[in-house]
Amino acid sequence: MVEKRPGFTIVAHIVLIFGVALVALPVWITFVGASHDGARMLQAPIPMWPGDQFFENLRQTFFGRGLDGSRTAPVWMMMFNSLVMAMMIAVGKIAISLLSAFAIVYFKFPFRMGFFWLIFITLMLPVEVRILPTFEVVADLGMLNSYWGLTVPLIASATATFMFRQVFLTIPDEMLESARIDGAGPMRFFWDILLPLSRTNIAALFVILFIYGWNQYLWPLLITTDPDMMTIVVSIKQMLEASEQTPQWNIIMMTALLAMVPPIFVVIAMQKLFVKGLTETDK
Amino acid sequence: MLKRVHFPASLLPYLLVAPQVFITLVFFIWPASQAVYQSLLVQDAFGLSTEFVWFENFEYLWGNQQYRDTFGRTIFFSVAVAFLSMSFALILAGFADRVIRGSTVYRTLLIWPYAVAPVLAGALWLFMFNPTLGIIPFILDAFGRDWNHYLNGGEAMFLVIIAAAWKQVAYNFLFYLAAMQSIPRSIIEAAAIDGAGPVRRFVTVIFPLISPTTFFLLVVNAVYAFFETFGIIHAVTQGGPANATTTLVYKVYNDGFIGLDLGGSAAQSVILMILVIAMTVVQFRFIEKRVQY
Repeated sequence: MVEKRPGFTIVAHIVLIFGVALVALPVWITFVGASHDGARMLQAPIPMWPGDQFFENLRQTFFGRGLDGSRTAPVWMMMFNSLVMAMMIAVGKIAISLLSAFAIVYFKFPFRMGFFWLIFITLMLPVEVRILPTFEVVADLGMLNSYWGLTVPLIASATATFMFRQVFLTIPDEMLESARIDGAGPMRFFWDILLPLSRTNIAALFVILFIYGWNQYLWPLLITTDPDMMTIVVSIKQMLEASEQTPQWNIIMMTALLAMVPPIFVVIAMQKLFVKGLTETDK
Repeated sequence: MLKRVHFPASLLPYLLVAPQVFITLVFFIWPASQAVYQSLLVQDAFGLSTEFVWFENFEYLWGNQQYRDTFGRTIFFSVAVAFLSMSFALILAGFADRVIRGSTVYRTLLIWPYAVAPVLAGALWLFMFNPTLGIIPFILDAFGRDWNHYLNGGEAMFLVIIAAAWKQVAYNFLFYLAAMQSIPRSIIEAAAIDGAGPVRRFVTVIFPLISPTTFFLLVVNAVYAFFETFGIIHAVTQGGPANATTTLVYKVYNDGFIGLDLGGSAAQSVILMILVIAMTVVQFRFIEKRVQY
């Protein structure tokens, strides 16, 4: 702060607290909704203060068959699917990007730049613009309703490759020279020197990619027709549709809460890595 | 680009890039070229015969009032989302930059919506605006205003804009706060010595200095509103009522998967690809020039 203006500082805090409250309001309402029984959630006005049914709703949602009238799997199963999808996307993206960045930075071979541009182009082809033909490819390969179909088409990554390329370029050449003098081959150098040196970058990227994977919507929507393969984020849509006939807002809100908690937890628990990952992948 | 010291050429680098290149070719390049090819075809209603028609699908879209409306609507939606979430984030970041104690606490309390999936943001706000139960229609009712986004297109649009902007506030806040905190304190102090109060300093010193961040966020928000908000629209309004919230991406999905108009959907995909390429070029050119303080 530059000058002493206690009045203005108080105003700043009031505005910030108001802003935080405004941003948190929808989640508060969701939490309150998830803590009352179904009958209470059908009377307007809906409560603003939590009720005592939270754990009962949690039990019903987590282990039950989800909602009456919608074909959804138990929520724990969908959360498991989401977890597998998020992990496979994050690990897969990091693994193949590390390898290709290593090849592009540390080897001189014909078509090196060609490969680089090929990877670059993926940046310009988000899944939303090539929905139908990509779906056809996955269907032809028989990968519908499988974890492979959910994840493999999403794991090519230009941003991750660029970020690792950037990291590798900052590693001094002397590292490689001394490793070679000591008789290390390329893969030995990769495992023993490059990987440990880029550990924080990998962790930061993992946080971002986990959230990205968990929150995928359009792709799982197309690929999973079998309720047992559905992810929790996609199931919300099914529940909202079913809610038009039999509204069970307590169950819907509990499912929404369960779908939000893992990625929010990751952001808050690993805030430093999250901020680092977010600012670095966008450069 | 390449290290001065490097390993000699062998089979190894090809093996290293192989997974990434394979996935790129199979799931990116091939589908994209299929989209381009299909956009030049017309298929009859039963899928029995296809005819090569050059750019007829594009001409049709160009002359189609509905498509042009969708285009305009998407731009309006993007501008509204970007403006709303960026200005809200800018104000909060401005105050958070000012308080000495607790700016990291506020950051923690404001960045978590980033982790909420767009479709969940949609579900949350849908419940808040539910015409019979929601809290906001209940309040509006006291003022004699009747809310029903299932019938009123403008209200449906308002709802998806709010939901989309809410989720993006976190991202904008984070970048604005980082930009403000990287401004050297001496500049702010100099302005203060010259007698500029906090508001004056914000308008004449801080805001111009963070303008590169503003441009960067504009592009990011535009891309977000174009592509990532599909979940919100699909879950909350299904593009309705009467197409009032149909955006370009939603239309590609709807025409392709529901309407099964392959050529038309592919032509729309190609137009979207051109848009993404343009946005990426803008983003990259701009980031090259991004000012470092």
